[in-house]
Amino acid sequence: MLNYLYLIPALPFAGFILLALLGRRLSTGTVALVGAGSVGLSALLTLLIGIDFVAMPPAGHAYTRTLWTWMQFDGYSPSVSFTLDPLSLLMMFVITFVGFLIHLYSAEFMKGDEGYSRFFAYMNLFVGSMLTLVLADNLVLLYLGWEGVGLCSYLLIGFWYKDPANGRAARKAFVVTRVGDTAMAIGLFLLFANLGTLNIQELMQAAQGRWPVGSETAVLAAALLLGGALGKSAQLPLQTWLPDAMAGPTPVSALIHAATMVTAGVYLIARTHVLFELAPVVQSAVAAIGAATLLIAGMSALAQRDIKRVLAYSTISQIGYMFLALGVGAWSAAMFHFMTHAFFKALLFLGAGVVILAQHHEHDMFRMGGLKHRLPWAFWTFLIGSASLSALPLVTAGFYSKDLILWQAWSSPSGGALLWAAGLLGAFITSLYTFRMVFVTFFGAPKMDISHRPGAAMLLPLALLAVLSIIGGFVELPATLGDKPIFSEFMHTVFPVHATEHADTGTELLFQVIASLVSLFGIYAAYLYFHRSPRMAEKLAQSPAGAALQKYWYSGWGFDRLYDRLFVRPFIWIARINKDDIVDSGYTGIVNLNRAVHNVLSKTQTGNIRWYAMGLAAGAVVFLGIIFMFH
Amino acid sequence: MIANVPMEHGLILAAILFALGLAGVLVRRNIVFMLMSVEVMLNAVGLAFVAAGARWGQVDGQVMFIFILTMAAAEVSVGLALVLQMHHSFKTLDADVASKMKG
Repeated sequence: MLNYLYLIPALPFAGFILLALLGRRLSTGTVALVGAGSVGLSALLTLLIGIDFVAMPPAGHAYTRTLWTWMQFDGYSPSVSFTLDPLSLLMMFVITFVGFLIHLYSAEFMKGDEGYSRFFAYMNLFVGSMLTLVLADNLVLLYLGWEGVGLCSYLLIGFWYKDPANGRAARKAFVVTRVGDTAMAIGLFLLFANLGTLNIQELMQAAQGRWPVGSETAVLAAALLLGGALGKSAQLPLQTWLPDAMAGPTPVSALIHAATMVTAGVYLIARTHVLFELAPVVQSAVAAIGAATLLIAGMSALAQRDIKRVLAYSTISQIGYMFLALGVGAWSAAMFHFMTHAFFKALLFLGAGVVILAQHHEHDMFRMGGLKHRLPWAFWTFLIGSASLSALPLVTAGFYSKDLILWQAWSSPSGGALLWAAGLLGAFITSLYTFRMVFVTFFGAPKMDISHRPGAAMLLPLALLAVLSIIGGFVELPATLGDKPIFSEFMHTVFPVHATEHADTGTELLFQVIASLVSLFGIYAAYLYFHRSPRMAEKLAQSPAGAALQKYWYSGWGFDRLYDRLFVRPFIWIARINKDDIVDSGYTGIVNLNRAVHNVLSKTQTGNIRWYAMGLAAGAVVFLGIIFMFH
Repeated sequence: MIANVPMEHGLILAAILFALGLAGVLVRRNIVFMLMSVEVMLNAVGLAFVAAGARWGQVDGQVMFIFILTMAAAEVSVGLALVLQMHHSFKTLDADVASKMKG
């Protein structure tokens, strides 16, 4: 079964090619069948291969299949080869399953759009590229997948290209992630120049063998790879593109900007974790960036009015949690949170899509209301997703994963009280903005009629994701609640288990209780401020300090303005100065000189015969003079 | 007896005549007068040949002079035909008027 691995990325690519070439001539149903079907088949194959892998693990818990040699240079020939190990299996599972559900949802969501086949073509290309990224055996192929998902992100954010604002948002996303991609490319060059290979396994072994912990090259290489991860995963300081990326269709936001592409950075760091362990200062930076981002994004989410922007900032914040976990060495906790986050964030985005469609394409939460009874399926699934995001104790997947991260932030050797406190505060803010979103959107008096009732194709994915958002956490039960870390054990061949204070179960229980109380308190605060007495919230927002804070958080802590002043304006100034192109002036100078000489010389063509005769005479005199001078 | 005229004197006279002819070509505006000046130049050259031939007592210089005269006659016939043509086109004999090749 394992030798069908190559089909998993190949099927979506085939779907892309089919839809790109023939999409316009196929019927809507066929397009949906090809588009969603290719990802569905990949999901089925992933399931079968996964079962085979778990039941009969191959040697070394990793299966590698080389398809063909991609390039051949003197001394280095990267090949297209895929490696299956627990980490890539997990990523594949999330990408194909959640991807299939989102494709199914899009079949109904995008119905009637004139770019229907173009949408599914791009989505299939994205899924194929993302699968290439996670299955890649060497960093060159990974980079190909990395760029592919960046391209598809650009194409899909600017999908409704007729509105220039969407094009601007797509360009912003591409340029900001490009900064990260450039850093990553330089990191790849550095790694290759020093270690002679880009095959991930060989690279990690060579780095461990040759570079002492904390050596400069390791720090530089890890920092550059971190730069790439920051761009793709929208962390500080490259997080400004994600809120604007909500200009794309909602399924795009769900798939690319919640579940998969933005987690590529997390995957990269997890995959090359050996390198990060060799550069402890960079790893601490990862944790610090994660902690800072989760707080900044959380507070920004609290001030947003557009439901999709709340979810976008929420995504940035939750990926901050994953970075926090990576930074303290809790690799499998980070991947666990990635999995649960993919479930509940995709669910929330899809639910938001249902709500947006049902409210005449309105995005502003404060213009919606009273949808609790009118859209029951949407409400209950959204509530489950929100509860999971807020880490409601014991019954939601989010609780287990977020709690594990908080515990590891405290107890890991490179963790500490400050990181734990940041995570805890973030959890409070998360519950607050999440349930603010729920109460404002679904409760209260209805303000608009329902313009579109969701059909089965949209509700089934919601239901399935809701179920996963509840049971997804039960694969990693902590020591205090059953001690069944199935997930960590599955991952232990990729991530050796850290020596944390496992024996200190009492402290762990205490911390879990604290975290649970904080999350419940956040939900209660949201209930008070946004449902029971919304006037209290309004008065707070209208006070001078409150209004200033609201404006500051609404603009995402002013990063857009900062980058505008720092980068965009100087660049435009330079472009304006160079409007006539200094480099080109050399060439135009030659042209002008030519023209001037021509003007002068053409004055000698008078057409006058006496003038020409004089020319002859003068020439003869000069000639004779020269002869007499040298004779 | 006619005293031998030194060749240098003959050549100097030929050079002066040549220069005068050249000046005439350059200065006169009437085509006919330009042609006359060209005739002067030709005859100056012929004089130079004869003086050089007399220097070595050979008859080749005078033979050359016959050639030059013949060529001048042919040239004048062609030149006068062109002058007639110019008068027909421009209604004037001013050489400066024929400057259509200007620029």
